[in-house]
Amino acid sequence: MHEGSRKAVGVETIGMTMRFGAFTALGDVSIKVPTGSFHALLGENGAGKSTLVKCMMGFYHPTSGDILVDGREVAIASPRDASALGLGMVYQHFTLVPSLTGAENLVISREKVPGIIDWRKERGELAVFMERMPFKLPLDVKVAELAAGEKQKLEIVKQLYLGRSFLVLDEPTSVLTPGEAQEVLGLVRGMTKAGDLTVLMISHKFHEVTAFADDVSVLRKGKLTGTGRVADLDHKAMAAMMIGDQPIAALDSRAAPKPDAEIVLKVKSLKAPDRTGLKSIRIEDLGVHSGEIVGIAGISGNGQKEFLEVLAGQRPRDAGEVLVRGSTYAATRAEARALNVRLIPEEPLKNACAPKMTVAENISFRTFDIDSNGKPVSWISASAIRAFSARLVEQFKVKTASLASPIASLSGGNVQRAVLARELTGEVDLLIVSNPCFGLDFSAVAEIRARIMKARNAGAAVLLMSEDLDELLELSDRIFVMSDGALVYETSIAQASVQTIGEHMAGHH
Amino acid sequence: MDATEIGLWGVPLAILGGAIRVSTPFIFVSLGEAITERSGRINLGLEGTLVFGAMTAYAVAVMTNSPWLGLLAAAAAGLCFGLFHGWICKFPKVNDIAIGIALMLFGSGLAFFFGKPFIKPKAPNLPAIPFGAWSDIPQVQAALDVNVLFLIGAALSLVLWWAFRNTRAGLIVRVVGDSSDAARAMGLNPNTVRLLATGVGGALAGIGGAYLSLYYPGSWTERISSGQGLMAVALVIFARWNPLGCFAAALLFGGAGALGPALQSVGVTQGYYLFYAAPYILTLIIMIATSSPTRSLAGAPGELSITK
Repeated sequence: MHEGSRKAVGVETIGMTMRFGAFTALGDVSIKVPTGSFHALLGENGAGKSTLVKCMMGFYHPTSGDILVDGREVAIASPRDASALGLGMVYQHFTLVPSLTGAENLVISREKVPGIIDWRKERGELAVFMERMPFKLPLDVKVAELAAGEKQKLEIVKQLYLGRSFLVLDEPTSVLTPGEAQEVLGLVRGMTKAGDLTVLMISHKFHEVTAFADDVSVLRKGKLTGTGRVADLDHKAMAAMMIGDQPIAALDSRAAPKPDAEIVLKVKSLKAPDRTGLKSIRIEDLGVHSGEIVGIAGISGNGQKEFLEVLAGQRPRDAGEVLVRGSTYAATRAEARALNVRLIPEEPLKNACAPKMTVAENISFRTFDIDSNGKPVSWISASAIRAFSARLVEQFKVKTASLASPIASLSGGNVQRAVLARELTGEVDLLIVSNPCFGLDFSAVAEIRARIMKARNAGAAVLLMSEDLDELLELSDRIFVMSDGALVYETSIAQASVQTIGEHMAGHH
Repeated sequence: MDATEIGLWGVPLAILGGAIRVSTPFIFVSLGEAITERSGRINLGLEGTLVFGAMTAYAVAVMTNSPWLGLLAAAAAGLCFGLFHGWICKFPKVNDIAIGIALMLFGSGLAFFFGKPFIKPKAPNLPAIPFGAWSDIPQVQAALDVNVLFLIGAALSLVLWWAFRNTRAGLIVRVVGDSSDAARAMGLNPNTVRLLATGVGGALAGIGGAYLSLYYPGSWTERISSGQGLMAVALVIFARWNPLGCFAAALLFGGAGALGPALQSVGVTQGYYLFYAAPYILTLIIMIATSSPTRSLAGAPGELSITK
């Protein structure tokens, strides 16, 4: 049945080629993942990483090429064949069922489930199985109530429970905090060292590759551009293989802050219910000056999302004040326009776009109903919208088939570029940003961070909420830590230490 | 003896009796809908299924002189309606709510069309068990005259509650209702599971209809349901998709429905019509009280089109 004790297997692809019509998604890619190794697969969005692993998992049938498992040639026609060979995949988006408990998720995903489940027996077997796992997990809690890190661990445990011994991890840390990422990858690394597991990890984080992987293969535009031992390669060499010779946006140097800078955003004794309605968030006093980036760090679920929703006008508040330039701000369209407040929420496709409307329309949301003098217009000019958005698409390098494509058809990085184009055009006095680089690739991340820094240097006050501590350390002038709905710690960037911030994030203070 | 002899005690007694009598169709329809909604689909057509089930049961009982054959026929008719709904909804871009409304009108209309000749004849009733035989008071006897379907419904809600946790079928329905992607990743076909769940839901609604025409009120008329099928759908949401909750909520609604007649029987002559509206007002109050603009509905299946 489900033995986690099955030994690791090695997998090798030879000359994998995958064509969709005239488009070659994957051209002659051969990589070797030896038994018990931790192999990283690097590449930009669209480089062919997911095509390659989908061929290995039987979702796609390659145009040509072979797969060897433990040195023997195998035919993988379906995901079922892949799992019979012990090949499994942990997807970037969770495939656990949120309303079921961990134990229910594990049992129901098994190949053979008895008609009536004897929970006493199953629980006993699960307890024995979990003893052999390096992860400790509560299995009687609904998955929806688990933290992101615990869900990710449960995904991995599920694959092992199903007897998989070769795992593809698709950007496993993109939803985890730095601490959780370290822990999960460390434990997986331990299992490969012990020879229980072979791992192929898709990533764009160099520091993870360096810290955990044995070998690395790099794809660009469907071609293998480099492979080798991680120990022999530095970040620069990997970046060169990954992005070739295209220029990477450099961060503007940080303009010195003015000592008498005006306080643009002021939040006083704000109180609002959180999404469970049981707890509340309390922001006692927060001021953001013109020309500075204030970062808010915290583990997800500590009230950052609710705080942003209050600032964005998506959530009612119980008490307190939000002032922009001294006047109260309730996030109406008129106020946002008068006070030059701009917002880049997380998951921009969901929170900042109308997914089925066109790229041009989405880019024009802030300006479509006013003319060049800021007066309301009675007739919308389609040609003005097109001209305006064509200029912005050009300027912000949004890659889209046409201005009339629905924005949902763009890749994540390009949706974020389109939103940035809309929010950063014109006068910006206050910019509120949340997790702007979540799930984006290397060059998009660099460019988006450069844009935010540019806005700061131009005099905007920036409030940046992020779950990525590296991002906060790179961009912020001051960092606050949000824990359990309140700002519990403040430090200037000069004095910031990852250690202390991490302790406050975890609630030990 | 008349109602005045036990005085105001008649009111809670009548409410209890009413709760047991009136709640049975609510129990069946809401349990059926709970199964369907747990699989990620809403079938608003159960109102039509209920009416059609009532007509079918009555007609078959009149013709065969067996209420049990009538009951089976109603379940079979409900199964067909459910499967039809499930079959249409598997096509892309079909909205389950719109199809449900269409089937609600279709079911009622079809029942009126076929039911015309059966308005007059008398059908045999489903049997009841006289749990009140120990008492001499006729009100107690009337209140505790419990139909077998009520007992089956009570048992069924327990069984379903257990089955959602402890059987493969129950877990599969919950998986499909919560995440189509996860279900597909496990090799399940969400459409097939939903088709079956909607079919079973329809069959249960048909049984609820049989109770209406074969026990209480016990005859076939075109106004037999007065929206009970729709209220049962609301009741499922109120019960948070929990079969035991459905049972309790059905009892509560049944009791509220019995309030008007009970007050009338103890001699309240003014304003009792207002109490006839009690179940509807109760629906509104409960829906308002349990909803919130800032909180999402706890326990809602993730694939349900109203919660997406």
